[in-house]
Amino acid sequence: MNTYYKKYIPYLFLLPALVLLAVFFFLPFFDTFIISLKDYSSDIYNPSFAGLNNYSLLFKSKEFYTVFFNTFLFLILVVPFLAVFPLIVAIFINQKIRGISIYKVLIYLPVVVSIVVVAIAFKWLYAQEGILNYFLQLLNINPIGWLTDTKFAMLSVAIVTIYKGIGYYMMIYLSALIGVPKDLYEAADVDGASVFYKHLTVTIPHLMPTIALVVTVSSISALKVFAEIYVMTKGGPLNSTKTIVYYIYERAFENLDLSMASCASVILLIVILMFSIINITFFESKRYKL
Amino acid sequence: MIKKYSKSFFIHSFLILISFLSLFPFLWLISTALKGIDENIFQYPPSFLPKNPTFDNFIGVWKQIPFLLYFLNSFIVAAFTVILNLIFSSLAAYPLARMKFKGKNFIFSLILATIMIPFQAIMLPVYLIVLKLHLVDSYGCISGYLGLILPFAVNAFGIFLMRQAFLAIPKEMEEAAFIDGCSIFNIWFKILMPMTAPTLAVLAIFTFIGSWGEFLWPSIVLTQKTLYTLPVGVNDLQGMFSANWRYIAAGSIISIIPIIIFFIIMQKYFVSGQNEGAVKG
Repeated sequence: MNTYYKKYIPYLFLLPALVLLAVFFFLPFFDTFIISLKDYSSDIYNPSFAGLNNYSLLFKSKEFYTVFFNTFLFLILVVPFLAVFPLIVAIFINQKIRGISIYKVLIYLPVVVSIVVVAIAFKWLYAQEGILNYFLQLLNINPIGWLTDTKFAMLSVAIVTIYKGIGYYMMIYLSALIGVPKDLYEAADVDGASVFYKHLTVTIPHLMPTIALVVTVSSISALKVFAEIYVMTKGGPLNSTKTIVYYIYERAFENLDLSMASCASVILLIVILMFSIINITFFESKRYKL
Repeated sequence: MIKKYSKSFFIHSFLILISFLSLFPFLWLISTALKGIDENIFQYPPSFLPKNPTFDNFIGVWKQIPFLLYFLNSFIVAAFTVILNLIFSSLAAYPLARMKFKGKNFIFSLILATIMIPFQAIMLPVYLIVLKLHLVDSYGCISGYLGLILPFAVNAFGIFLMRQAFLAIPKEMEEAAFIDGCSIFNIWFKILMPMTAPTLAVLAIFTFIGSWGEFLWPSIVLTQKTLYTLPVGVNDLQGMFSANWRYIAAGSIISIIPIIIFFIIMQKYFVSGQNEGAVKG
């Protein structure tokens, strides 16, 4: 039965996908490295070979350290919250009560709405004379320049990313919660454990692989943040929200500084590769088993 | 009994609060969009319900912004991205699931490796390639659409998902069909594709949502307003109506109506808890 197709048939089936992946993934992947080794400053059409010179320029620029710091600050603001809060919501949703699907739909809604609209909506909430500052006033707190104060801007952007991600990670947790054996809860009930203790000793240990998965997945997507920043702050004020993808965008498409953009891209590739390798070797090896 | 009721009261209160917070940014946009010029949108205390609700802002912004065109562009791009993904992913997945050939593991590993390459890190060379292939809107609208669609016309997640779906189908089906004289292409198209319809639907829906909301790539390649997709058009509102938040709010709300309707119709695919692996993080 293993000869019911000609030898070239498998390759024919694979061809369209492989051509597209070659042109739009592998070729640009290697191009990124090549461009990062060239100097475009004298003639953009005839770049000269620059070796690692661009990298030493990048590492000498103060802006890049700010960008690097901002990127990880953003990650640290976003990831713990996205690992914990959606889990709490999922545990609540997982109870046998009425109207669960309507809650799911409402909480998931921000996931399907374009990030541009979500960012605009938050920009409006964050306005100087906006509604959030009104709530602060009720609490006798002075108004905050949510997006205009360098101390708060990154936090404000992170809140938007968190808001947009809650429903998504909640669904990941929900499908993992279904797999927790029911009899363990019953055993805990017999022991008279409190609700909190029950989840701490039964749910959390069972969900550890899922929690770890959410941590790496949300870390990778935090490293790639762009639209929120583009729509709300354009990296400002004073570069305080400029993260690496925004930096790459700005260098490549506004300053036409191809070399710097590519050097930063290589750094991003390496960082994301590390997270992906952790993810795949520890959490998803089963899923992608050959 | 009382304990049981107080428990469910607590759960409902928490979930109502979270649902409300999740809707609040949109509700506040709607409230702002419904306020007329006679009502101060910056007043303290803010009025949550407009005093004299009016659709003037919606009508005004609709007249100035070609939402139908943006909607059509988004739809064309998303629809073709979905169709190409379905075809190319399941074509590639078939031999990976079923056939024996040289380099199979190598090719599959290569495909999976692309998952680790973030688009954001290669977007500059992708742009240069697209320029070289003349797939930008300055060469006409077909080129423009192709430039938006082709870089996302196939992805490793889709291939992986379809391979899993094919693996779950008993081999005997195909063998019987082959004995009956069915060609290999027809086995794929007439037997495997219909049998994996549920997976294809999941792939279609999540690819559609992803493409519909995509912002970074269209904002890089698009130069002509006639090819703007909804996210790019909506972002443009900010520049056009700089301080007119009534119009910005109204325009933003108009732009999300189609996707909200789509979401409500397809909700079981999103919140059933079966498809968590189908979307990129």
